[in-house]
Amino acid sequence: MNATTGAAVTGGHTGVVWETVIGLEIHAQLATRSKIFSGAPTAYGAPPNTQACLVDLGYPGVLPVLNAEAVRMAVRFGLAIGAQIAPLSVFARKNYFYPDLPKGYQISQYELPIVARGTLEIVLEDGTRKRIGVTRAHLEEDAGKSLHEGLGGLTGIDLNRAGTPLLEIVSEPEMRSAREAVAYMKKVHTLVRYLEICDGNMQEGSFRCDANVSVRPLGTEKFGTRTEIKNINSFRYVEKAIQYEVARQIELIESGGTVIQETRLFDPDRGETRSMRSKEEANDYRYFPDPDLLPLALDAPYIESVRAELPELPDAKAARLCREYGLSEYDAGVLTASRELADYYEAVVHAVPQQPKLAANWVMGELAAALNKAGLEIASGPLPAERLAGLLVRIADQTISGKIAKEVFEAMWASGQSADAIIAAKGLQQITDVGAIERAIEEVMARNPDQLAEYRAGKDKLFGFFVGQVMKATQGKANPAQLNAVLKKRLAG
Amino acid sequence: MPLTRAQVERIAHLCRLELDPAEIPQFEHSLSRIIEFIGELDRADTAGVLPMAHPLPGLLQRLRPDAVTEQDEHALLQQNAPAVAAGLYLVPKVIE
Repeated sequence: MNATTGAAVTGGHTGVVWETVIGLEIHAQLATRSKIFSGAPTAYGAPPNTQACLVDLGYPGVLPVLNAEAVRMAVRFGLAIGAQIAPLSVFARKNYFYPDLPKGYQISQYELPIVARGTLEIVLEDGTRKRIGVTRAHLEEDAGKSLHEGLGGLTGIDLNRAGTPLLEIVSEPEMRSAREAVAYMKKVHTLVRYLEICDGNMQEGSFRCDANVSVRPLGTEKFGTRTEIKNINSFRYVEKAIQYEVARQIELIESGGTVIQETRLFDPDRGETRSMRSKEEANDYRYFPDPDLLPLALDAPYIESVRAELPELPDAKAARLCREYGLSEYDAGVLTASRELADYYEAVVHAVPQQPKLAANWVMGELAAALNKAGLEIASGPLPAERLAGLLVRIADQTISGKIAKEVFEAMWASGQSADAIIAAKGLQQITDVGAIERAIEEVMARNPDQLAEYRAGKDKLFGFFVGQVMKATQGKANPAQLNAVLKKRLAG
Repeated sequence: MPLTRAQVERIAHLCRLELDPAEIPQFEHSLSRIIEFIGELDRADTAGVLPMAHPLPGLLQRLRPDAVTEQDEHALLQQNAPAVAAGLYLVPKVIE
């Protein structure tokens, strides 16, 4: 096995089988209107520093006041992963010096986080399921952004992002391959969007992760020294960065070196990780409870009120789609990848209740392909669910064949017209009149006496030739099942 | 346990404090006395005592509704900055 397909890697030089150990820290920006400790807006893309107020800038004499919605969102996440919601949690100062952090500390949570000990189940490509522990999820504030280009050798600081609420979701070191790490990250990504607590926009940095990676000889207990790959903002980069880092560590150890605990950055252009800085000891951050903030208390009625508002979650929804519509686990998994997609699918099925599988095939097939090609999300596509359902009704009642339906679909996509309007305008109704099909067959047989003779002499393969010719003669409109039946009879003589 | 000179230097670095080398022995001594004083807490029986997160007993964090209440004041605030360009605060180059 190797790093791309499974858990263990055999070293090139020594034959030692290495096991990869991965833990992820995911940072999800919470989709609040205002910041976690101030009333400044959080909208992305505003001109620099127009959304940074006195609190975000760390002016003397200001006080942070916690955003109720950020708390509610963290609790939603905790409940969705079956975690414990802390009745009392504490904000702490994490001290370090960097110009995008004007206070000289980040307000975070340390010893008493708001969410602890949950689990998520991932499904691997071969269908096996694995539970991944979530150690904790805590609330903290984001830092600003540093820009280094075009400022005459200086660094420019934009503090619009400073104070944006983050939920840092820390997994147990329970993933054993890059693929598992990606599956876990996707699972969290799907979940935060279902919960409507994060927009999941990875290009804008709303959802990003740090990966802790180490290797150890398979079968040993003790973890190897880990490195931390910082700020990876795509699923593909997570996979590539981990694969590179695993190979680097094994190579290093097998050639007599030792892995040092450090922070590394993934360079997507070169496909490699490189050292950023050696990891400061945890106590260098000198965490201590923030005296500006009191302990956060959450009582049972509050937690239950949040629980009562939870939407149907992805796993439950997938199980229901299997049960109610007889879908395969795979189809249900694809269709529940986002809440919008699942809602769309169910709206289609609602209109063609007898055809859940046909609906699944079209939503995952033609529709997904067309959206992908146009770079559109399901909610912004030109084809509402009711209109796609109108097309499926005509396939189901045999007005058109599946092949013609693709032509109609394209016309619907481009024109915004209904399936019925396009079928009528283009005269695409399927020919189900046996007499008409028979006439078309007679003509084809008359025009192809040689092939007919060969077929009758036993060359069965020519059946397909005749099907094709008749379809051509009817512009693809002959009902395929009827055509097959009638053709077989007529060819037999 | 008295602090070593190296520990004092390290603490000063973490705090971004520049110490005159001549001052270091004095800090070794005075910081060691402070640590020793706090060390008395190690002798207290804290079994069953919850760590105190805040010195105001019984008070809990109040929450504010998620509403935008702050206006853009960057033009005013940036008058306090030594250097700005294109709306950005400028600092000496930091590259990791």
